[in-house]
Amino acid sequence: MTPKRKKRLYIVIFMLLGLSAATALALQAFNENMMFFYTPTEIKTGKAPQNHDFRLGGLVVVGSVRREPKSLTVKFDLTDNNDVITVSYDGILPDLFREGQGIIARGQLNKNGVVDAVEVLAKHDEKYMPPEVGEALARTEKEKQ
Amino acid sequence: MIPEIGQIALIIAFALALLQAIIPMTGAQLNNARWINFAAPAARGQFVFVGIAYLCLTYSFLVDDFSVLYAASTSNSQLPLIYKIAGVWGAHEGSLLLWALLLSGWTVVVSVFSQSIPKIMLARVLSVMGMVSIGFISFMLFTSNPFIRLFPAPVDGRSLNPLLQDPGLAIHPPMLYMGYVGFSVAFAFAIAAMIDGKLDAAWARWVRPWTNIAWVFMTIGITLGSLWAYYELGWGGWWFWDPVENASLMPWLVGTALIHSLAVTEKRAAFKSWTVLLAIFSFSLSLLGTFLVRSGVITSVHAFATDPARGIFILIFLLIVVGGSLVLFSFRAKSLRSVGKFSPVSREAGLLFNNVILVTMAGTVLLGTLYPLLLDALGIGKISVGPPYFNKVMVILAVPLYLMMGVGFFLRWKNDDLARIGKKIVIPLSLALVFAVVLPLLFAPEQQGLTFIGLLLASWIALASLLWLLNTTSSPFKLPASTWGAVIAHIGMAVTITGITLTSVYSHEKDVRLASEESYTVSDYTFKFIGVKEIQRDNYVAYQGTIEASELGQYVAIMRPEKRTYDQSSMPMTEAAIDAGIFRDLFVALGEPLGSGSWSLRIYHKPFVRWIWIGAMMMAFGGFLAAIDKRYRRVKKNKQAVIA
Repeated sequence: MTPKRKKRLYIVIFMLLGLSAATALALQAFNENMMFFYTPTEIKTGKAPQNHDFRLGGLVVVGSVRREPKSLTVKFDLTDNNDVITVSYDGILPDLFREGQGIIARGQLNKNGVVDAVEVLAKHDEKYMPPEVGEALARTEKEKQ
Repeated sequence: MIPEIGQIALIIAFALALLQAIIPMTGAQLNNARWINFAAPAARGQFVFVGIAYLCLTYSFLVDDFSVLYAASTSNSQLPLIYKIAGVWGAHEGSLLLWALLLSGWTVVVSVFSQSIPKIMLARVLSVMGMVSIGFISFMLFTSNPFIRLFPAPVDGRSLNPLLQDPGLAIHPPMLYMGYVGFSVAFAFAIAAMIDGKLDAAWARWVRPWTNIAWVFMTIGITLGSLWAYYELGWGGWWFWDPVENASLMPWLVGTALIHSLAVTEKRAAFKSWTVLLAIFSFSLSLLGTFLVRSGVITSVHAFATDPARGIFILIFLLIVVGGSLVLFSFRAKSLRSVGKFSPVSREAGLLFNNVILVTMAGTVLLGTLYPLLLDALGIGKISVGPPYFNKVMVILAVPLYLMMGVGFFLRWKNDDLARIGKKIVIPLSLALVFAVVLPLLFAPEQQGLTFIGLLLASWIALASLLWLLNTTSSPFKLPASTWGAVIAHIGMAVTITGITLTSVYSHEKDVRLASEESYTVSDYTFKFIGVKEIQRDNYVAYQGTIEASELGQYVAIMRPEKRTYDQSSMPMTEAAIDAGIFRDLFVALGEPLGSGSWSLRIYHKPFVRWIWIGAMMMAFGGFLAAIDKRYRRVKKNKQAVIA
């Protein structure tokens, strides 16, 4: 190999090493931050992970929203019309959060079987139904028939 | 009547686009001068007819013609005039028409300002742009016709999403689209060069200003979008890694790589095939951006339409663009031999490094954005990737990129000497180290590793650019506009980095519950909640809160955040109150009533958040300076001199 070629080979090897390091890193970060979506039924049957964030969605059960008097903590029930799970959230709910509305939350399951949410999402359209929630409801509907 | 005229104009424009695509290209192959010369008039004709169609749709909005389905679903008779005009691009169909209008407009501008370009080349470029136009106009005609009538016509329209009734957002989509569409010029030039089999320095000089201008628009568009999210959504963040944001970031990253790679192609006749690939991908990602945002594939605030036929159409369109160009590339890449050789220590190598990282960044964003969609489409599961993924990977990739950015100016083309570079960078680097250590010690409430890294990189980039400018042999004022542009853009990046770093590390964000006359204090600032009253405005009613902000007992501002409900919709909208400043923003948003006069409030103190957007605007200004450099116009002037 001529010195020139050798030099070029080093550049290529160096770049490949850099790229594979970047890829490995990206994939690792991707895996760490990947969240699956679960329905209340799936969470109740123990499918949701422990100590890892996940997303859940469903309809807010009418009459289930309760606030603590002195803090911002609010609790509500989510349903896929089959099972119900309680969500606790410490913060300001989005503008379109309503009872009976489809919403998505992100958080972890605590020991009491309540999901401690760090984020609650409701979309900016009164007719909007999060697709995940819509599908989950349709599935329940099917199973009931 | 008027909508029908618009419809017919659109069909005529479609026919002209077909002619513009076929005749000049065939003429270029057969060397038929008349056919070649057909390109420019066809492009102008197409622009006129798309323009007529666009005006007709705007007219329907202005006169509240709700027999037009699109107007009925996005406009309303009560809407202020400016939002009737902006409402035209408020949803899917109209924004496509805007796309087509901008595309045909760009095509005309290219045909006007390209007298230095050989006729055959220009014919091919305009033809390729005509092909893109065919895609967009047929997309409208077959799946998303803005002129469809509604019978019986409703008395009033459904109104524009209140979220979009904001001046920033009114100009955000056109800016972004100018960028998206602008990359079609670079794309068309790349395709033309491949057909031609020749890609030289002159070609790079033709493409560079167009690419820069497209990049400038895109930078402005993304900045406006970020500002809008900050003001309007009431979240107080400036970037959410929302798929819609990612959709605009990807072509920007690849476009940034393209700008730098074009420099190498022009000056050193190297990176030729790479430049062509970047041109293909920056435009393909622009198409993908449109696809992601407007087809309803991604469920976010931007996706107002849901219609699978549209998705399939754009997917096929994308497939033709990407697939077709890559097939052409595979046959023609060999003819684009790069001749410029360079050593591992050279400006070329530095720019290669820049390109590899920028493209890896784009790939990272692509993975995080599309992989969840892919899994979902395949029915494997519904997953999502959180912002921590993007933050982590992007920061780690950005560090080496920014380190190289400072070195870049000093590097010589072809071959440089490490020892020489070392001498050059020792001053800016040590100054940057001093800044990064001393500034936080003097001003910051607490020391953080991230602050050190961010300030080091920012001051390193800024100092290196400035010292290089002062050290150039000639007077800095004799330097060409493009050099000034590069320096300003790089310093802009430094300003943005400073903003991002300090906002991320030192922001305080808190949701609190306050009763009347209660206060909350966050880093020297005290927010006293006075109360909430109901107010009535033209087209909405609102709860308006009053909060008195003070700094260490000194009065700062009265802040009035609102929670609005617009007449035509039942959805409430949070309108945050922001007290803006160069060094900090105070941000208050109204949450919800908690009974007995108590409200939940979202209170933020965000240091240096403006710097993010100020820096971005500097980048845009730098790009603009680079685009208007005399160098790109010289050929044309010489030619005119000969004629005279």
